[in-house]
Amino acid sequence: MLFIELFIQGLIQGSTYAIIAVGLTLVYGLLRVLHVAHAGLFTLGAYLGVAVTNQTGSLSLGILVAALAAGIVGMGIYRLVYEPMLNKPPYVALIASIGLYIGMEELFRLVFGPFGLSFSSAPLQTVVVVFGIHLRACQIIAVVTNVVLLGGLAWVAQKTRIGTGWRATVDDPQMSACFGIDPIKVRYRVFFAGSALAAVAGVLVALLTNLVEPTMGAVPSYKSLAIIVLGGLGNVMGTLIASLILGIIEAFGTIYIGDFLDRDAIAFAFLIIVLMIKPTGLFTSR
Amino acid sequence: MGLYEISLATGVGIYIILAVSLNLITGYCGQISLGHAAFYGIGAYTVALLSKMGWPMYLTLGAGFLVAGIIGTIIGLASLRVKEDFLAIVTMGVAFLFVGIVRQQEFLGGEMGISGIPSHGMSKPGYLALVCGFAILSILFSWYLKRSWMGFAFDAVADDEKTARVLGLDIKAYKLTAFAMGTAIAGLAGGLYAYYTRFIVPDTFGFIESVTILSMVAVGGIGSIFGVVIATILLVLMPEFFRFINDYRLLLYGVLLFSVMRFAPQGLAGFFSYLVKRKEG
Repeated sequence: MLFIELFIQGLIQGSTYAIIAVGLTLVYGLLRVLHVAHAGLFTLGAYLGVAVTNQTGSLSLGILVAALAAGIVGMGIYRLVYEPMLNKPPYVALIASIGLYIGMEELFRLVFGPFGLSFSSAPLQTVVVVFGIHLRACQIIAVVTNVVLLGGLAWVAQKTRIGTGWRATVDDPQMSACFGIDPIKVRYRVFFAGSALAAVAGVLVALLTNLVEPTMGAVPSYKSLAIIVLGGLGNVMGTLIASLILGIIEAFGTIYIGDFLDRDAIAFAFLIIVLMIKPTGLFTSR
Repeated sequence: MGLYEISLATGVGIYIILAVSLNLITGYCGQISLGHAAFYGIGAYTVALLSKMGWPMYLTLGAGFLVAGIIGTIIGLASLRVKEDFLAIVTMGVAFLFVGIVRQQEFLGGEMGISGIPSHGMSKPGYLALVCGFAILSILFSWYLKRSWMGFAFDAVADDEKTARVLGLDIKAYKLTAFAMGTAIAGLAGGLYAYYTRFIVPDTFGFIESVTILSMVAVGGIGSIFGVVIATILLVLMPEFFRFINDYRLLLYGVLLFSVMRFAPQGLAGFFSYLVKRKEG
C-alpha cells in the first residue's frame, strides 16, 4: 500500500515538474538560454491565482487570469531581456536571468508581504478514496489539468500549422525563416505558452499546499533545470519522462534515503549520476 | 579603524580570495561554475572539525586547502565531461548536493552547524592582516598565472576549445588544473571564514552564495583580476552603503546584476578599458 501511495505522490509531483519544465525546455530549444526567471513567472501565477480566487470566489477565473498575465510578462521578458543578449556568450543571459529572478522574488516580497498568501477558503480539499487510497480532490484536479495541458500542447505542436512552425524553427531557424515562418513570432508564442503553463503550475501548487510565498519558485525551478538536462536539453518528450521519473524517485528517496540526503538534493544526485554514465542526459538532445 | 570596520574588511578580504579563485575557473578557463560555494564550505567544515580536534591553525588551513582541492579535482573529473550549459547545471547540482548532504550528517552538526570553533589566537587587526596577506597572495598568483604559458593555454581553451585541441593542448588537463587550483583556494577562503566567524551553518555555503561569488566575477568582468577585485569590494560593501534602504537591498542587487549583464556584459573591466580608449582616442 505504501508503495502505491508513494508512487502516486511521485506522479503528482512529477506532473507538476513536467508542466514547469516544459516551458523551460521550449525556451532552451529555441534560444539556448537557461531561463531561471521562469521561476518568477511560476510564483507570479500562484500569487495572481490566489488573489483573484479570493476576490471573485472562482478558481477557474483565477487560473485564467494567472495564465494570461504570466504569459504577457513572459513575452515582455523575452523582448526586453533575452532578445538583446542572444549574440552574447551564454553566461550573460544566465546571470542576467538569475539577477532578474532575485529581483522578482524581492518584488513579490515587497508587494505581497513576506508571510505569504493563502486561499481564504481553499477549494477542492475534500478527501476522495480511490481503491483504498486517500487523495484530496485538488490532487486529482492537478494531475488531470497537467495531463490535459500537456496533451493540448502536444496536439498543437504536432497537428497544427503553428506547431509545425515551432518545431521547424527549433530544428533550423534559418531554413524555416526561408519558408516564411517568422522566427520572432514563434519566440513570442513559445514564451507566452511556456509562461502561461508555469503560472498554471503555480496556482495548482498553491492549491496543494495552500500557501504562496515569495521563494516558492526557487526549488522547483532549479529542479526543473536539472530535469531539462536529464531529458536532453531541448527535448520535450524526454523532459516529460524525466519529470515523472524524478517525481517518483523523490517520493521513494525521501522515505528510503532521506536520512542521508535531503529531498532537494536527491534530484541533483540523480542528475549527476546519470550525467556520469551518459553525458547527454537520459535522452538525446536535439 | 574601529572593530566594526576591521571585521568588515576581513569579510571583504575573504570574498576577494573567493572571487579570484572562481575567476581562475570561469574567467581564465571559461568554465561556468554555479557551485563554487560548496568548495568554500568544504574548506570551512574541514577547518572547523580539525581545529576542534586541536590541530594548530596553520595545519588546519592547509588541510582545508588540500581537502577542497582534492574533492574539487574529483568533482572536476566527473563534471568536466559535460560542457557549457550542462556544466552550469551540474555545478548547480553540486551546490545543492553539498548542502543536502551536510544538513543530514550528525557529525557535521546537521542543520545547526558547528559552533565553538577555537579562536585564531590573534588580535583582530592581526587576523585582518593575515587575510589580506592571503588575498594579496592569491591575486599575485593569478596575475602570475595569467602571464605564464599555462595562462595562455587557459585563454585558448576559453576562447575556442576546438582550435585549442587542434593545436595539441590537452583540454581536459587544463580544465581540471584550473578547477583544482580554484577549488583549493576556495577551500582556503572557507578555512579563513571558519576562524573569522567561529560558527558555521550549511546554508552559508548554498546556491545563493555561489551565485553571489559568480556575480562578483561577472560584474567585475570575467577574466579581469583588477575588475573582479574592485567589483568584490563594491558588492560586499554595497549593503553597508544602502543600509538606509535595507528592505530594497536584495531587489537592488538583482537589478544591478541584471543591468550589468544587459547593458555592460564586459563588466567593470570593459567599462574601464572603454574609458582608457576614449582618453587615448
